[in-house]
Amino acid sequence: MNLGYTEEQKAFRDEVRAFLNDNLPKRLSDKVAGGKRLTKADYEEWHAILNARGWLGVNWPTQYGGTGWDAVQRHIFEEETTAAHAPRIVPFGVAMLGPVLMAFGSDAQKAHYLPRILNGEDWWCQGYSEPGAGSDLANVQTTAVRDGDDYIVNGQKTWTTLGQHADWIFCLVRTSKEGKRQEGISFLLIDMKTPGIEVRPIVLIDGEPEVNEVWFKDVRVPAANLVGEENKGWTYAKYLLTHERTNIAGVGFARAGLASLKRIAGSQSHNGKPLIQNPFFAAKVAQVEIDLMAMATTNLRTIAAAASGQAPGAESSMLKVKGTVIRQQINALAKQAVGPYAAPFVSELLDEGTNVDPVGPAEAMPATQAYFNNRKLSIYGGSNEVQRAIISKAILEL
Amino acid sequence: MQFKLTEERQMLQDGLRRYLADSTDHEKIAAATDGATGLDHALWDGLAEMGLPGAMFTEDQGGFGGEGFDIMTVAEELGRAGLPTPLIDSALLSGTVLAETRPELTQDLVAGKIVGFAHAEPGARYDLAHVATRAEKTAEGWTLTGNKAIVQFALAADGFVVSARTSGATDAKEGISLFLVPHEHVTLRDYPLNGGGRAAEMTLDATLPEDALLGEAGAAYALIETAHARAIAGQCAEALGLMETIKDLTVDYLRQRRQFGQPIGKFQALQHRMADVLIEIEQARSAVINLCGNLDTPERDLHVSAAKNLIGRVARQVVEESIQMHGGIGMTMEYALGHFAKRLSMVDHRFGDADTHLERFIHLSQSAA
Ligand SMILES: Cc1cc2nc3c(=O)[nH]c(=O)nc-3n(C[C@H](O)[C@H](O)[C@H](O)COP(=O)(O)OP(=O)(O)OC[C@H]3O[C@@H](n4cnc5c(N)ncnc54)[C@H](O)[C@@H]3O)c2cc1C
Repeated sequence: MNLGYTEEQKAFRDEVRAFLNDNLPKRLSDKVAGGKRLTKADYEEWHAILNARGWLGVNWPTQYGGTGWDAVQRHIFEEETTAAHAPRIVPFGVAMLGPVLMAFGSDAQKAHYLPRILNGEDWWCQGYSEPGAGSDLANVQTTAVRDGDDYIVNGQKTWTTLGQHADWIFCLVRTSKEGKRQEGISFLLIDMKTPGIEVRPIVLIDGEPEVNEVWFKDVRVPAANLVGEENKGWTYAKYLLTHERTNIAGVGFARAGLASLKRIAGSQSHNGKPLIQNPFFAAKVAQVEIDLMAMATTNLRTIAAAASGQAPGAESSMLKVKGTVIRQQINALAKQAVGPYAAPFVSELLDEGTNVDPVGPAEAMPATQAYFNNRKLSIYGGSNEVQRAIISKAILEL
Repeated sequence: MQFKLTEERQMLQDGLRRYLADSTDHEKIAAATDGATGLDHALWDGLAEMGLPGAMFTEDQGGFGGEGFDIMTVAEELGRAGLPTPLIDSALLSGTVLAETRPELTQDLVAGKIVGFAHAEPGARYDLAHVATRAEKTAEGWTLTGNKAIVQFALAADGFVVSARTSGATDAKEGISLFLVPHEHVTLRDYPLNGGGRAAEMTLDATLPEDALLGEAGAAYALIETAHARAIAGQCAEALGLMETIKDLTVDYLRQRRQFGQPIGKFQALQHRMADVLIEIEQARSAVINLCGNLDTPERDLHVSAAKNLIGRVARQVVEESIQMHGGIGMTMEYALGHFAKRLSMVDHRFGDADTHLERFIHLSQSAA
């Protein structure tokens, strides 16, 4: 048992730190730390900086221009970038589609799409969920019917994160209504500029249009855009979901959130003393910190197992549940900490360089909006109820 | 023992429920929040005609109620509709102060006139005694200087009841005075609120006549505390109404939403949690009844803090569970739940959060023993 990093890993951590120190624009880290609205251009700028260093394909092998890092290195990178308030890497192309193409795409697809993900030419979004297919993803009803060299796609996707920015969408579509539902699903790449696609942003409870509805009406998609085999999409989708679940614990985000919570609670005064010295509040902060310390080690235990070749299975479900609950608790405490000033909502304050003064402490509004927004953590990526069902089946064998 | 509403209250409740169901919804509330004052004035006038502020005052004061259970009846209905109104500020906070110090003015409040309440200050958090705003006696009257925080419906108000310090240290209970300040004497920076409605930061640099003082100089703390006890009763009852609507929305959704070939309400994991939500909402109702039945007893403050603590805890559970059990749709502002959940979530950010009242409850119950 050895809890520390090796000398090599420490050297790697220092390298990442030095890189962030030299290359992460202060403009961007200020926006992230201040809870400001990130634009498409902000994400693209950060992707380009990482790509120039060869560090955008975090979970990609070197043969495709990725880092080739192991699980521990990826973990260190994640920890350091969140601690430095770097924008997150938009996951849809890099973390989700990339690995699917590498595993199941044709050579032509790999050669075409993978470099474009890294160099920023294509912004991808994820078209899995539909109004009738959420937790029950196998229920997708969007159809793709073969017509010569094309598929004709009809239907609707929803909850499509940042679809309003996207050039491309990877979709689960129904190509067969025979047999088991899972066996009639295909994985299709669709250009968002194709005629017949309509995108409508949905405003979430934090006031931001983060997700979209996407409609397809007689959309013609070249059959060459099919990934792998027809009716095998479910297998690829499952494969993708296991990638979505790496780093699912969000320890880096939780640590950054805890640090910010302590700062806020230190600056808020409660009956003449800093709130952080109030025993009621301090007890709650301590409780969540204790949970996080243990969680971080649970996470490392899973990473170590993965590094020694064990595929992450139902363990990632444990990390998802505990990790999201801890982050949501931190968000709830930060909202509590800002007190009465959780109430004002001035949307312009989220813009960079706004000349509107904050109402009350500057951190109040971002803390409140983060609480509302992060209710999503326990809903998406497989809801926490679905994760618990996986744990009881796969680990407990109930 | 009698837990039924009186006939009059039952009629008021039924009438309000019908009227509100016909007149408002989350989209209209959002539109009013984006409007000039945050208030749907036609709706407020209609409510005034139905006797909504009137039920907050006794017959002597020109109303037809004034007891704790009148507050509960009315505020719960406003909560069910999710409707932000100046009822708490104008009728319960300013109204309690004016009924005591300027009884001749309560008629106007009963008729629907809005008098805002400007007591809380930027650094006060939830400390009722924290007043840094100063009032200086001059030859002509008073000058008030200072800042007030999150004054609700400030742009809809004709005037304000404003607290200011005439003596003592910033956090002292002694030395706080109340003034009636016309709208044109204050500077406001207004903004929308999470959960609907608008509020403003207020800057005071006002010269007022001698009779602007309400009651005795320096001795207003007890009256402020009484006004807050009534306001908290209203706020907790409103929270209860919000919870009832959220519960109904969620139960309906559990019945209608199908995944894996069945209504999600058939999953035991969700059934048990919804059952817990129901149990806690019944607890919340009892806590509000305890408070409203004790507004005029020596146990008042203990029940204020008990109710505010319990409502704060249950509110969080109801908000988080209802969003979770809805899945993605619970995250949007397009569906009604978003508004109701946010509004309920804000209850713990006014008049003291659950922890503040837990601390106060401990203090009160230990000093009573
Ligand atoms: C902010 C946000 C961003 C998203 N981004 C994307 C995206 O980019 N692309 C995409 O494809 N999707 C995205 N999603 C969709 C997300 O994956 C779904 O919301 C999720 O799968 C849940 O589906 P649902 O919303 O339809 O809820 P439902 O599946 O209807 O679930 C409702 C409730 O029932 C529970 N439930 C369901 N089945 C069971 C069961 N068997 N046992 C017990 N409880 C159960 C759920 O846990 C939940 O509490 C996003 C969602 C959100 C909120």
